[in-house]
Amino acid sequence: MVAASLSTPTAAAGAAPGGWIAALLAEASGGADALAASRERAAQALAQTPLPSRRDEAWRFTDLAPLTALTPTLLSPAAAAQPPVADGSLRLVLDGQSDPLAGITLPAGLEPISGDELDATLGQVLAATGSAALWPVLLNGATARAVLALRVRGTVATTLELVSDAGDGEGILPLRLLLVLEPGASVEVLQVHRSSGANLTSLVLEARLGEGAELRHGLLAPGAETGCLLATVAVEQATGSRYSGVSAHGGWALGRLEPRLVQREGAAHSALKALQLADGRQISDTHSQMVFAGPDGRLEQLHKAVADGQGRSVFNGAVQVPRLAQRTDAAQLSRNLLLSDRARIDTKPELEIVADDVRCAHGATVSRLQQDELFYLQSRGIAADQAARLLLRGFCEEVLQALPAAAVAWQPLVSLLGKEGR
Amino acid sequence: MIRPDAPVLLEIRDLTARVEDQPILKGVSLTIRAGEIHAVMGRNGSGKSTLSKVLAGHPAYTVTGGSVHYRGEDLLGLEPELRARAGLFLGFQYPVEIPGVSNLEFLRVATNARRAGKGEEELDTFAFEDLVRERLLVVQMDPAFLERSVNEGFSGGEKKRNEILQMALLEPLVAVLDETDSGLDIDALRIVAGGVNHLAGPDNATLLITHYQRLLDVITPDYVHVMAAGRILRTGGKELALELEERGYDWVDAELAALERTPAEVG
Ligand SMILES: Nc1ncnc2c1ncn2[C@@H]1O[C@H](COP(=O)(O)OP(=O)(O)OP(=O)(O)O)[C@@H](O)[C@H]1O
Ligand SMILES: [Mg+2]
Repeated sequence: MVAASLSTPTAAAGAAPGGWIAALLAEASGGADALAASRERAAQALAQTPLPSRRDEAWRFTDLAPLTALTPTLLSPAAAAQPPVADGSLRLVLDGQSDPLAGITLPAGLEPISGDELDATLGQVLAATGSAALWPVLLNGATARAVLALRVRGTVATTLELVSDAGDGEGILPLRLLLVLEPGASVEVLQVHRSSGANLTSLVLEARLGEGAELRHGLLAPGAETGCLLATVAVEQATGSRYSGVSAHGGWALGRLEPRLVQREGAAHSALKALQLADGRQISDTHSQMVFAGPDGRLEQLHKAVADGQGRSVFNGAVQVPRLAQRTDAAQLSRNLLLSDRARIDTKPELEIVADDVRCAHGATVSRLQQDELFYLQSRGIAADQAARLLLRGFCEEVLQALPAAAVAWQPLVSLLGKEGR
Repeated sequence: MIRPDAPVLLEIRDLTARVEDQPILKGVSLTIRAGEIHAVMGRNGSGKSTLSKVLAGHPAYTVTGGSVHYRGEDLLGLEPELRARAGLFLGFQYPVEIPGVSNLEFLRVATNARRAGKGEEELDTFAFEDLVRERLLVVQMDPAFLERSVNEGFSGGEKKRNEILQMALLEPLVAVLDETDSGLDIDALRIVAGGVNHLAGPDNATLLITHYQRLLDVITPDYVHVMAAGRILRTGGKELALELEERGYDWVDAELAALERTPAEVG
């Protein structure tokens, strides 16, 4: 099915990007699974949407070249080694095709969503958060063959681990997730997405939080030199709900995370804590969007980034406070560590505040390792390079320690920083 | 304890140093032998902390002249971490907060670096926990401080205790304590002073930088030096500190002026 001329990464990169999409769509079309109809719709939309380019504001700093250099085919990842499952965790392995629930007994409070109900629900949170037409979402929609859809009732004590490893194969691994938290439900979810080769992990998660529901959500994504990650996390919150998202990604040729939150009637609590790393020639990107569609909402956002080598870090933090969102309390802080003269950091808050009775604080800092901190460590016998490593780890730990406890088994620091993390 | 035949640990000769283009140390000379306790006093801005940081190797200060020998070897050519491993310790006037780095891990890495400097083997996490719990007693510090980030959110007094805890772990040969007594309440002062006395022995030496006689009431110095405008203006015994307490520093101006007028001293 794939044209011979597109079967090598260099040929694909050189070919017209439209050809890359066409080759991928040819590969992904057909099938009679539950997603077949929506896949066709997304494929049509994708075919008519130009590839994002540096001329698009949302992609101004983020070059898609590492992505279009990939072989446009669907990836079937081989089973990969994993750390032991922590007590109190249930691990579901996602490979984009087989049913992750096969042979699994779900803990009380979790049940799969399927059939008409799935059809009716899937895509709603994407629509509510204005994410449906995003290019990474279309790409996912046009290629995903399986969805993991779960309903949560009451308090689930088990941490749900959703993991994938694209491995060293070539191609695209599309993952689609849906979580529906009933009013008052509470659950902790840890996602871990790894890769070790020239492939794309394409992730779309939709989460709907009913009144007073709570989702503690972690996403750990240590990548590969030639690998790409495009992740969209769409969250729709009812009043009184709490969403806490902690993410860490880095090591990808191109890694982009788009958390998109809406507080449907305001009066909810959203917290975003993120760390992203870019070394070598990597690009680490986060475009977050928070919409307060009602009054009395809260947002606490901390975004941290480290850029080393010739790495490039991009952060764009949109916060929309329309007139009806009075008494919104939002705080956004972007803290960046620049470790090399050739690395680049672009960080931009994008606050659209129309309501007048609100508190919206934002700040951004870009700094190097502090001389006084380095000297203090050195004065205790710690060599300069080890001191620098301790400070770097310290910078990262503030976010990593907020990941769900089950993340420890995945060694977040080591997986993201390599030997620097030891 | 003064023993004229004790080995010289630190020998500072005509040391001059600047920060950016501003000369700060203008010829400091000081000899410290094993077993001795020295106190350095002097007005704010006279150069006491600068001296301590130059000794520890802070990169912001440039040595422009003179020499420092530590146990007979050139100290100024060594990286800060090598000075520390060789047994030089600086208790900071303003200990630095390091978010995200656990105090326990920091103390363990530092202790092992110093042990390597002494030719001793590294302690594993368990052996280190035992050691640190024992040394916590010296400063009567709550073990809860081990779990926190280095100095982050510590009160002024807690930071100073953490400095003495580090000193107790690193077992330095020469400890330079820069205003370790400032900001301490009466009980903490007694605890910190007790810790310093406990760690002082015939083979090591202490250089105390302080503004207050109340510290010298508990730690008896063998020598008291008065620093002014980047040099040591006068040296005496413990009675010099008492005299300062009574007279203040006004006489310093007259002596400095005299010094500036004496052609031999200029340059
Ligand atoms: N990094 C620096 N940059 C600029 N000036 C400095 C720096 N370090 C010291 N100085 C200046 O050098 C002089 C001596 O400072 P130092 O901190 O050594 O004084 P000190 O005797 O310790 O004072 P205090 O009793 O207040 O602690 C001061 O005038 C100070 O402003
Ligand atoms: Mg000082």
